[in-house]
Amino acid sequence: MSDQTNPTNDGQQFDRLPATADDREVEGRATRKEVLDWWDQRFEIPPETFEEFTFWEKGKGKIWILHGDIASPLRIEALGMKFLRTRQEHWKPTTNAVQRFGREATKNVVEVTREEARRFVRGEDQELDWDGDWGYLVVSHELAGGLEPLGVGLYVHGELRSPVPKGRQRDL
Amino acid sequence: MEKLERYEPLVEEFDAFLEACQRTLPSVVRVNTIKATPERAKAALDEEGVGWTDREWSETVLELDTDNPGSTWASYHGWIHGQEEVSAIPAEVLGPEPGEVVWDACAAPGSKTTQLSALMDDEGLVVANDNNLGRLSALRFNTERLGVTNTAVTNTDSRNFSLKPFDFDAFDKALVDVPCSCEGTIRKNPTALDDWTMDHVRSVAGVQKGILRRAVQATKEGGTVVYSTCTFAPEENEAVLDYVLGEEDCRLVEFDLGLDSRPGVTEFEGEEYDESVRKAKRFYPHHNDTGGFFCAKLEVGE
Repeated sequence: MSDQTNPTNDGQQFDRLPATADDREVEGRATRKEVLDWWDQRFEIPPETFEEFTFWEKGKGKIWILHGDIASPLRIEALGMKFLRTRQEHWKPTTNAVQRFGREATKNVVEVTREEARRFVRGEDQELDWDGDWGYLVVSHELAGGLEPLGVGLYVHGELRSPVPKGRQRDL
Repeated sequence: MEKLERYEPLVEEFDAFLEACQRTLPSVVRVNTIKATPERAKAALDEEGVGWTDREWSETVLELDTDNPGSTWASYHGWIHGQEEVSAIPAEVLGPEPGEVVWDACAAPGSKTTQLSALMDDEGLVVANDNNLGRLSALRFNTERLGVTNTAVTNTDSRNFSLKPFDFDAFDKALVDVPCSCEGTIRKNPTALDDWTMDHVRSVAGVQKGILRRAVQATKEGGTVVYSTCTFAPEENEAVLDYVLGEEDCRLVEFDLGLDSRPGVTEFEGEEYDESVRKAKRFYPHHNDTGGFFCAKLEVGE
């Protein structure tokens, strides 16, 4: 018996993600490599996109993204943007992260019509033809000369579900 | 409005001033350049048939011909952010550069924090502090909606803010947009003066002095501190500057801005203030069709 306990996640502080599994000290914590691989595999957003950014965990499985770097750990209220929810079967990006970085995506991007976009941002689920992967998609529409991400959608059983948080929903 | 009568000796065309205070404000937004260029934001507004007018003094401030700018695609995407025109002044005056470390001492609900980040191209660090935990949720909501990733949010009293959590020992620049008696927001909020008392003015002035002192102390030699309020009261404006000039190593510096303004005042109701407070600017509602505002730029060090 050892009286040394394994380090666990401390919900009061931000800890920078370990670079790789070999550097991991807190059990179950995502690594920087896993986060980059996830965005690459799911949306083909190249890892270089995040070269200047660091990733942090505060709250179990809540990953935050900061432009730049700072001393870890850090006991403050918020750091950068909430980015990704890990420690669950399917990792889930935030609406705000997809709006900010989803323009880089080339895979699992579904383009919707203006009317479908309205329904999506109202928080409504809708039937949609999509012959790609099920799971989390970048939902985009055409706006001012380019494709612009509305947020993350969940596609299952022929239906596009809208996880747009209440406070971000709009009737447009 | 009778509570504003005390400013008659300070304000030219006082009747025009009072009249302007009773008109509603134009609908103004700031383009969030972290997510869109002004051109693309305008194109999105055009597509929806929402008219806009440029402001000469800033490329990112637009007047819209809708009362509800939040109900546009540009707003949903975080390309525009409803922000009163004068509220866009202090971040422009501070002029933070990409890569700098900047303190926003009274940050919630985050219009100025997000503007600082945009001016820095979201590079460097904005430490956004507010003492009110409830208002911090609005700050966090706004930074994330606008796609900001260079902020650290703290929740302490700015008068004794500690740099201990961080791996740097001074800020390059600081924005001190303090809680105030809010007289200048009367056009947005007609009940703003209902609870106005001289006691309240004196009490917030005490807090303002403490926050500005701490900001000067926490900013490196040669760095810049911008002090602003949305009130006309010299007790909360020039008197606070006069006090801090006496207590800390700093001096007022001139700044240019393409908006009509009047210099800071050096005397009011028998009190006299340091001559250099004339370098501060007073913005009156009848001059630019805005809310009322006060802004001063300081350099740290002798």
